[in-house]
Amino acid sequence: MEGVWEITFLLVQVWLSIVVGLIMLPAMFGVSLGFTDIYIKVLVKTLEWATLRIQRGQKEQTTLPSQLANGIIEKDDGSMEEEIGELRRSHPKNLAGGDFTLCDAFYFCKKGIENIVEDQVTQRFTSEELASWNLLTRTNNNFRYISVRLTVIWGLGVFIRYCILLPLRITLAFIGLSWLVIGTTLVGLLPSSNAKNWLSDLVHITCYRICARGLSATIHYHNKENRPKKGGICVANHTSPIDIVILANDGCYAMVGQVHGGLMGVIQRSMVRSCPHVWFERSEMKDRHAVAKRLKDYIADKTKLPILIFPEGTCINNTSVMMFKKGSFEIGGTIYPVAIKYDPQFGDAFWNSAKYNMVSYLLRMMTSWAIVCNVWYLPPMTRQDGEDAVQFANRVKSAIAHQGGLVDLSWDGGLKREKVKESFKEEQQKMYSSMIVGSDFHEASVGPA
Amino acid sequence: MGSTNSTLLKIPNVEVLMQETGFSPAHIIRLHDRFKALDKEGRGYLCPQDFGAIKELAMNPIGDRIIGAFFSPGKETVDFHTFVKILAHFRPVDKDRPKEPNSLEPINSRSNKLKFAFQLYDQDKDGKISRDELLKVLRAMLGMQVTEEQLESIADRTIQEADLDRDDAISFEEFRKSLEKVNIDHKMSIRFLR
Repeated sequence: MEGVWEITFLLVQVWLSIVVGLIMLPAMFGVSLGFTDIYIKVLVKTLEWATLRIQRGQKEQTTLPSQLANGIIEKDDGSMEEEIGELRRSHPKNLAGGDFTLCDAFYFCKKGIENIVEDQVTQRFTSEELASWNLLTRTNNNFRYISVRLTVIWGLGVFIRYCILLPLRITLAFIGLSWLVIGTTLVGLLPSSNAKNWLSDLVHITCYRICARGLSATIHYHNKENRPKKGGICVANHTSPIDIVILANDGCYAMVGQVHGGLMGVIQRSMVRSCPHVWFERSEMKDRHAVAKRLKDYIADKTKLPILIFPEGTCINNTSVMMFKKGSFEIGGTIYPVAIKYDPQFGDAFWNSAKYNMVSYLLRMMTSWAIVCNVWYLPPMTRQDGEDAVQFANRVKSAIAHQGGLVDLSWDGGLKREKVKESFKEEQQKMYSSMIVGSDFHEASVGPA
Repeated sequence: MGSTNSTLLKIPNVEVLMQETGFSPAHIIRLHDRFKALDKEGRGYLCPQDFGAIKELAMNPIGDRIIGAFFSPGKETVDFHTFVKILAHFRPVDKDRPKEPNSLEPINSRSNKLKFAFQLYDQDKDGKISRDELLKVLRAMLGMQVTEEQLESIADRTIQEADLDRDDAISFEEFRKSLEKVNIDHKMSIRFLR
């Protein structure tokens, strides 16, 4: 019996020293030993080969077209006025009593049916469909058995991911998070000084670097000269909680968020000891003015780290950017927009919080091939004269969407959980009524109603 | 991407469905995926709330009526077959259909498209659009943006123009006649990109 324990102990020691020596230490110093690069290269080659095999295998049968990014039905791009105008071309215009014709309903009917077949919003809250399979079971929607070789490679992939990579990643994540808690608590004991800030930054960055290795994350940063500076607000599109790790690998930010219980709470409390983050109680979140005031006070101090905010308010599936909540854009200060785009080939980073809780999400992340993403730092923006918070928010959103190659939508991410407001329907009604009764008639009728 | 056969086999009576509606296998699969996506709880049927969850439909002024068109009177669920049959109304008209005297009129004929639209107005399904029904539709499309008087004058004028037999209601024939010049095929059709 003792022999078994000794061997196990030895194995664990060897394992830990490999992990520490080859992965953790280089990560802490920001040095790459090149393993991840080789891994990614091998992976890309394998996936390309797999794609070719699948395509070859499918040539024999009638193939389905791949899901087009533009949608599956042809949509007329005309405005309501153009469309209804076309409908009425056959009718003589009758000025008395308004311009209604029975065929006007066709416009709304067709739009409605189009939306039943395909709509722009629902698809943003589920994972992106891939054009070709990336050898992960979870993305296997319609792919069927093609050849023995492919199945063997897939089986090998499962083994590598679950038996080799997963324990490795869990170990790293564990080390990273414990280091964060212990390190920040220790630093928190020091009196305020420059040394303290420097140490705090060091602890944070090394921990995030270890966590990034824990996800096999390969991150390409672009335009580093636009990196957020102290006293500014960093604004990014939101796909998953991992966004924080991705961004914090290349700079130190002050986080903004709700106070959680459990493990998250422990991490939050220790983090705030070494450098000021902004954690809100749930009750405070409801009071928009209190939130705004706290943020304003924070950025007034130009020596503090830039705040990191995700204005969408919820996770979107990385194919589009949804409405930015104007709160972050009302408090002033310089906004540093950042666009994050994940490469879905290697693993789907989107957190569908309706389907998966945090733990199963992290497990899925750790059993993907890798997380590969691009981060673009955009030039800083400030609110211009005559521009209100909403317009400013939209301007920033367009810049981010444009850079990241994402669709720019004005829908509210909150629609994931809520119903559409009546005001949207009213807008449609307003547009239509202005065609029917004309603007003069309309103004005359708007009285004390 | 994927094999057509395995997915099609999962749908019961899919051959009959394709024949009745004229959708191609690829279209049926697309619609099946959409049906599954709307059926969030995986029950195999849809209820009005599932349609209501489509945001853009919720802001459509006559969204409720369009949803209602999917549910036969008394039924509260829609299965995949009915879903596809209703959507088949919006398939573009087949220009090269051979005109056999005994064959059933296809679901997407011009006449059936008009019937679908007529049904949106004629909610009590008595074959006529009464003045009341017309007022209700107008109110839905215009909301609170117009006054009662304006609504009534619009309704009166519309009935006056279309009502040929002076019974103060618009029958289907009168409806069809008043819209004979409209390009129904273009305006009431949805084209799949592939």
